[in-house]
Amino acid sequence: MAAPCVSCYAALSYRLFLGGRVSLSQKQGVWKAAAAELQTGTGSQILRLRHTTGVSTKKNVAALRRETYTVDFIKKQIEEFNIGKRHLANMMGEDPETFTQEDIDKAIAYLFPSGLFEKQARPIMKHPEQIFPKQRAIQWGEDGRPFHFLFYTGKQAYYSLMHEAYGKLLEVEKRQNQLQAKGLFSEKTKTKDLIDSRWLIKEELEEMLVEKLSDQDYAQFIRLLERLLTLHCGSEEEFVQRFRRSVTIQSKKQLIEPVQYDEQGMAFSTSEGKRKSAKAEAIVYGHGSGRIKVNGIDYLLYFPVTQDREQLMFPFHFLDRLGKHDTTCTVSGGGRSSQAGAIRLAVARALCSFVTEEEVEWMRQAGLLTADPRVKERKKPGQEGARRKFTWKKR
Amino acid sequence: MAPAATAPRLLGAGVWPRALRPPLLGTATPGRARPGGRTLAGAAIPAVGEPEGSTDISHSILSEPLKHSDFFNVKELFSVRSLFNARVHLGHKAGCRHRFMEPYIFGSRLGQDIIDLEQTAVHLQLALNFTAHVAYRKGIILFVSRNRQFSHLIETTAQDCGEYAHTRYFKGGLLTNSSLLLGSMVRLPDLIIFLHTLNNVFEPHVAVRDAAKMHIPTVGIVDTNCNPSLITYPIPGNDDSPPAVHLFCRLFRTTINRAKQKRRQIEALYELQGKEGPGARGQGPAAPPSLKA
Repeated sequence: MAAPCVSCYAALSYRLFLGGRVSLSQKQGVWKAAAAELQTGTGSQILRLRHTTGVSTKKNVAALRRETYTVDFIKKQIEEFNIGKRHLANMMGEDPETFTQEDIDKAIAYLFPSGLFEKQARPIMKHPEQIFPKQRAIQWGEDGRPFHFLFYTGKQAYYSLMHEAYGKLLEVEKRQNQLQAKGLFSEKTKTKDLIDSRWLIKEELEEMLVEKLSDQDYAQFIRLLERLLTLHCGSEEEFVQRFRRSVTIQSKKQLIEPVQYDEQGMAFSTSEGKRKSAKAEAIVYGHGSGRIKVNGIDYLLYFPVTQDREQLMFPFHFLDRLGKHDTTCTVSGGGRSSQAGAIRLAVARALCSFVTEEEVEWMRQAGLLTADPRVKERKKPGQEGARRKFTWKKR
Repeated sequence: MAPAATAPRLLGAGVWPRALRPPLLGTATPGRARPGGRTLAGAAIPAVGEPEGSTDISHSILSEPLKHSDFFNVKELFSVRSLFNARVHLGHKAGCRHRFMEPYIFGSRLGQDIIDLEQTAVHLQLALNFTAHVAYRKGIILFVSRNRQFSHLIETTAQDCGEYAHTRYFKGGLLTNSSLLLGSMVRLPDLIIFLHTLNNVFEPHVAVRDAAKMHIPTVGIVDTNCNPSLITYPIPGNDDSPPAVHLFCRLFRTTINRAKQKRRQIEALYELQGKEGPGARGQGPAAPPSLKA
C-alpha cells in the first residue's frame, strides 16, 4: 500500500526560526527573509515557511502606538532623577542625603509657581517608577522559549493566579478530608472577621497583574476566592488577604477639637461652620443653662422665625443636652436660613469634644457633622435660569 | 491484531517507519539552532566565538538518537496490562462512535465500545518516541486540553516538565495570527499534545486544525467519539477516566524529563571529550550512551 503522504512531504514545509531579540520595541512581522533563508539554508534546523505578509496596520501612527520604554531608558531616567534631586537639595540649601519626596514637592512648588487649576498639569518631579507606566519586559529568552509556562494562553499572569488559587483550594480540601478521615475535623470557624475589608476592584487587580482583564475573568476570580474562604482555611489567610483592601470607617477621620479651659476654669470648645456664603464660629461652654447668643444678640431676637431656632437646637436635642450648654456665636454673610445652618454645623462640631466617640458616630450618621455642599447653580447662556429653559415655541 | 496486519494500517494512517522517511532530518541539520542567528532583514549575525569543531559535535549530538528505533526506551514505561488497569480501553457508547475510529475499536460490549489496546500500545510507543525526540532537540511542547476536570493536573504536569500548557479558552488566532496576539517575534510550539481532542461542546478543538495549518506536528489521545484524521500521532484511548488521564500525564512527563536528561548527559559527555584535547578527536565519537535512563 503506497503511502499517500509522499506529496505532503514533497511540498517542502519549512519554518523559520528567529531568535528573540531582547528589546521592548514592537517590530512588524516582516518575513521577507523567508525566501533568502530557503536558498542559503544556513545553520537553522527544520525550516518551515510561515506565510505572513508584511502588512503595516494603519493604526501604527506614533501618536496612537502605546509608548514602550526600554529597561535602559528607565534606568537612565532613575539616575537622572537622583542626580537632579541632589542638585535641587543644594539649590534649596538642604542636606542632599535627607531630602524626601515631600521636600522635593515643596521645592518645585516654590521654584515653579503655577496658577493652573488642574493639579495634575502643574510641574512635578517624581521618581520615574511613578511616572512611566509599568510594562512587561520581553517574555522569552535568547533561544525563543518563553519564561512562563502559561505564556501561550495569552493571559499568563491571570491564569497563573487562577492556577495557584485552585491549587490552594485542592490542598485545603485534601487536608480537610484527611482530618475528617482521622476524625479530628472540628467545625471551628477560625476565619477573621472580614467586615472591615473589601475585595480588590477590577482596576486594582489589572494594575497588580499588569494585564487587561475582562469582567467575566474578574468575577470568576472573586468567586474562586469566595469559595476558598468558605472552606475555613486557616493557612491560606495570607493568600486571600493579598486581595483584600481595608475600608476605613468614616468617623475615625472625624477631627475632634480639644476642650479648652478659660480663666474661671470653665470648659469650652470652639468650632467653625459654613453654609452657602454664611460663615459662623461657635463657642460652646461645658456647663450652662441653654442660652444662645448670636452676634451679641439673643437668638430669640436674632432669629424671629421658628424654623431657624429649631436648626440651632437640633444638635443639643439629638444628644439630649438641651439645657446643659451655653453657646456664643458670631456669624456673617448669607441669608437667615444659611446663617442658621452655618451655626448649627459649628455647634455640632464643637459639641464633639464633650461627647463619646459612639455619639460622634451617631451625629455623623444623622448628618449633623457634614457640611452642606449645595450652592446656587450658575445661570447658563441660552437658558432663562440654571435649569429653566426659555418657553418652547412650536413655530 | 497481528503485527503484519497493523503495519500497512499504520502506513495508511500516515505513520512512517524510520527507514522510509526522507532524509530531511539527516541532512538538513548541520548544526543546532543558533540563537539570534538571523535578523529580520536576512543579514547573518556573525557567530560569536564558536569553534569549528563544534558543528561536528552538535551534528553528532542530533543525529545519534536517529540511528536507533527506540533510543529513549519508551517501551518499558508502559505495557498493555498497565493500560488495561488504567481503564484506557473503555470507550463511549456505540451511538457516540466516530466513523474514523472504527479501525481502532476492538469491539463493543453491552453497547460500550472497547478500544484495541494492542494498537494503542503501538501508537503510544510511536507518540512517546516522537515526543522524546522533540524534547531532546529542545523543542517547545504545548499541552492542550479543554476538559475542566483535569485542567489543573495538566498544567502541573507541564510545569514539572518545564514545558507549556493551554487548558483555558483558546483564542481564535493564537497560532495563525500569533504575531498580533502573542508578540511579533514569538516562537510557536514545535509539538502540541492533546490530552482531550474535543472542547466543551463536543466539537474538535480549534488547535487541531490550526496546528495542521501551521505545520506543527500533534500528538493526541483520541477517544471513540473523536476525529483522528488531522492528528499526526493519534493515540486511541480513554480520555475521560481519571486513572487513564493520570497515566498519560505521567507517561508524557517521564518521557520528556528522560529525553532532556539524556540530552544534558550527552552534551556533558561531548564537552568532556572536547576538553580532553583536540587530539582525542581522532578517536571518533564515543559509543552510544547506555540506554538505561
